[in-house]
Amino acid sequence: MTNHNWQFQTEQSLVENHGLKLDEFEKIVEGLGREPNLTELGIFSAMWNEHCSYKSSKFWLKKLPTSGERVVQGPGENAGVIDIDDGDVAVFKMESHNHPSFLEPYQGAATGVGGILRDVFTMGARPVANLNALRFGEPNHPKTKHLLSGVVSGIGGYGNCIGVPTVGGEVNFHPSYNGNILVNAMTVGIAKKDKIFYSAAAGVGNPVVYVGSKTGRDGIHGATMASAEFDEDSEDKKPTVQVGDPFTEKLLLEACLELMKEEAIIAIQDMGAAGLTSSSIEMASKGDVGLEIDLSKVPMRAKNMSAYELMLSESQERMLMVLDPSKEEMARDIFKKWDLEFEVIGKVTDTKRLILMKSGKEVASIPINILVEDAPEYQRDYIVEEPSPIKEYKPEDFDQNSILNDLNTMIMHPDLSSRKWIWEQYDHMVMADTVVRPGSDAAVVRVHGTNKGLAMSTDCSPVYCKHNPYEGGKHAVVETWRNIIASGALPIAITDCMNFGNPEKPEIMGQFVECIRGMGDACSKLNYPVVSGNVSLYNETNGEGIYPTPAIGGVGLIKDLSNVKTLSLKEDGNFLCVVGKTANHLGTSKYISIIQSKEEGGTPEINLDTELRNGNFVMDAIKQKLITSAHDVGEGGILVAISEMCMSGNLGITIEIETDFPHGYFFAEDQSRYLLEVSPNNYDECQKLANNNDVYFEKIGIVGGDKISIKNIGDQQVSVLKRSFETSIEQISH
Amino acid sequence: MKSHVIVFPGSNCDRDVAVAIKNISSHQPQMVWHKETSINQSDLIVVPGGFSYGDYLRCGAMASTSPIMQDIVKKAKEGVPVLGICNGFQILIESGLLDGALMRNSSLSFICRDILIKPKNQSSVFTKNAQVAKMPIAHNEGNFFVTSEQLKKIQDNDQIAFQYCDENGNVSEHSNPNGSLENIAGILNENKNVLGMMPHPERAAELAHGCEDGKTIFESILN
Repeated sequence: MTNHNWQFQTEQSLVENHGLKLDEFEKIVEGLGREPNLTELGIFSAMWNEHCSYKSSKFWLKKLPTSGERVVQGPGENAGVIDIDDGDVAVFKMESHNHPSFLEPYQGAATGVGGILRDVFTMGARPVANLNALRFGEPNHPKTKHLLSGVVSGIGGYGNCIGVPTVGGEVNFHPSYNGNILVNAMTVGIAKKDKIFYSAAAGVGNPVVYVGSKTGRDGIHGATMASAEFDEDSEDKKPTVQVGDPFTEKLLLEACLELMKEEAIIAIQDMGAAGLTSSSIEMASKGDVGLEIDLSKVPMRAKNMSAYELMLSESQERMLMVLDPSKEEMARDIFKKWDLEFEVIGKVTDTKRLILMKSGKEVASIPINILVEDAPEYQRDYIVEEPSPIKEYKPEDFDQNSILNDLNTMIMHPDLSSRKWIWEQYDHMVMADTVVRPGSDAAVVRVHGTNKGLAMSTDCSPVYCKHNPYEGGKHAVVETWRNIIASGALPIAITDCMNFGNPEKPEIMGQFVECIRGMGDACSKLNYPVVSGNVSLYNETNGEGIYPTPAIGGVGLIKDLSNVKTLSLKEDGNFLCVVGKTANHLGTSKYISIIQSKEEGGTPEINLDTELRNGNFVMDAIKQKLITSAHDVGEGGILVAISEMCMSGNLGITIEIETDFPHGYFFAEDQSRYLLEVSPNNYDECQKLANNNDVYFEKIGIVGGDKISIKNIGDQQVSVLKRSFETSIEQISH
Repeated sequence: MKSHVIVFPGSNCDRDVAVAIKNISSHQPQMVWHKETSINQSDLIVVPGGFSYGDYLRCGAMASTSPIMQDIVKKAKEGVPVLGICNGFQILIESGLLDGALMRNSSLSFICRDILIKPKNQSSVFTKNAQVAKMPIAHNEGNFFVTSEQLKKIQDNDQIAFQYCDENGNVSEHSNPNGSLENIAGILNENKNVLGMMPHPERAAELAHGCEDGKTIFESILN
């Protein structure tokens, strides 16, 4: 579209190719008092895209609860920080790398892991765990096989090499991701509370130091690409995908942590999206100072790189620091020992401008505030669509005899089957502190050298979110809360990775607004604040948006590792008990989608009061040592959850409960439920605790044998079920 | 008791093995940076797992040329016990201390899971107390290969330390995770003072790991 009133020297098409709207360009001209040169245009483009500026989402994100007694640092820094006692803190964040991973799955996923690791160790934390939330298209879509294999080996390739265990995550398959997969990577690190590093530059005259890899021409405009929709020509964008070098990152990690032991670093920021541009501006803005950088001094991988290329390169494994000048030589020696680049490229100034020099000439000069504070912020129009109606299912709609067959079909489906094929490609044990490995509700990693641990889990049900974004938003938060509780931990805080379609469409913006409202209500009720996060919008291909996917990563604390619980059944003769009522809500369940190939019936609703009561009860029962194993009841319903406990423990169960609506009872996805294995000695005590807390608690079966036997329905060998459970994901990759 | 753990750029099991040694022997091993040229008197030198030099060249090839390796080769020839785990095994092969080659896993993918190993040699300083043991593997290139002449030599000389086996101790194709010839999980040098193995005993060395079978290897040499 040509604007006939275009009155600027700069070509209109150049502005558009930089992803800037014409009125945004006018704002730049107004702020600078002149038209920007090409380098400056590139800088504005990088800073004002959705990925860096959060221009569509900021207004709504501010509504999320972000404080709590254990919150040391909420959103706004490289990662969130929570207090885990004894002077220790956990530092964590989740981030998306969706578009690059669709274009080049191995490198896209690998650099996603690399980026989130840097966010965490920039703050002074040693990364101790990686997780990932992945969404692919339909299992039989022609691209799924290639994307799944590529993403999994990319995540493994990076995490295994750097030596941080990949301990958990989630994978979904749904046609809404056929043209736009989601790769969300989360890292959790541990630091000392009095040794957290921030990004605010300070001290006029202090050196600005570049460390890590050299800068090449890779990934130029990656952040702009991440803020645009896909179309048929998107393959042409492959050169904007960065290439990861986990070995250099390992060296950078060790060198940074070694330097952080000294009192040398005043400010530090990793060069992630938009590279040198965003890192330098972030540091200057946070510190309310200016920076002057001599681009000729930037270590370069390619010859004759222009100022534009240097500022927009997204070469990986680089950091920017402001150092105490008296420690410069000591710092240089550390980086030299690790064979890494170390170059003083500029200084802190009091001009509050970003001034770039190249070969003695000034090539850019921009006031920091127009880049950051004056960045566009939109309160986009939104429409909240009616949630899908809730359907009442009746026993006569189902064939009573199909229960065990249906169970088998369901656990073979890639959405419910074992993820073993994936996690066996990840080193999930390096660092030798993994206490609960992948495959349980939450992974548990010991805090090195102590008897406490962190429990962590990622979750989201995009189908729930699509059919009722408010309840779906609540669910994503609550599901991680339940997983963490079932592992024996106290849930503390979350990070969020908000993956949505084009926010300029009111119905997409409406999904975003409603998911946030649901998340916020759940976080407030459960005292489970948001401490970090990331937004990925424009996840669309040819105008078709993905399902709303607010992926949540939760972290909890286990003060005493002897209280860790797993989902494996442990002992013959124990009772299996259910916490929480089952009310036959089959709408949008895995049963309806897998067995009936439909997506209808409405998202299950969560009563947050019940959720809190049931969760607190499980926590208390674990603390009082009344519980042998625990599992939350999630997608697939109670029978899938029971089967998971049996398969994991290689034990059978006799289910005694009688019901006049077996499909409703066994496959409904009513919320706020857990399954607990309780020894007969502890049963009365457990029941009493439940009664005292107004919690629905019922014995439904007895552990033992090698079959799942359901009264009036039939038997299923656990070992046979397990074979079905463990094959389907692997089959996609062949 | 003095032990040393070598640290290469890209080593990532150096701390894990040091912690295991400390827990088992109550002696703190000394960490040795790869650019150093000699090790003082030592009762055990460990070349740990990881991705030395990113494994960008053939695994272990770059690290085998690090300055410290000359002294390790010399010490090994003098009879000092040297243990290479995972990437450490690859490095010891590249430095010529052990026979064979470690190729890409037959599945062509990285494998991280518990396996079982059975000692074949039961007389070396490392294996004298060994039994069937469970411990994790975590590697991309653990598919052991030797020529038929070399195989005969290591068999005749009782140099096969461990073989992958099943719950009943049977060495079968089914129990072979990575395609290794003869299910070989670890081998010794001729003098039986150098052991290279793909499984990670340091990750099965305390209750929190869920299994303590890996302790035996350290105990037999440290105590």
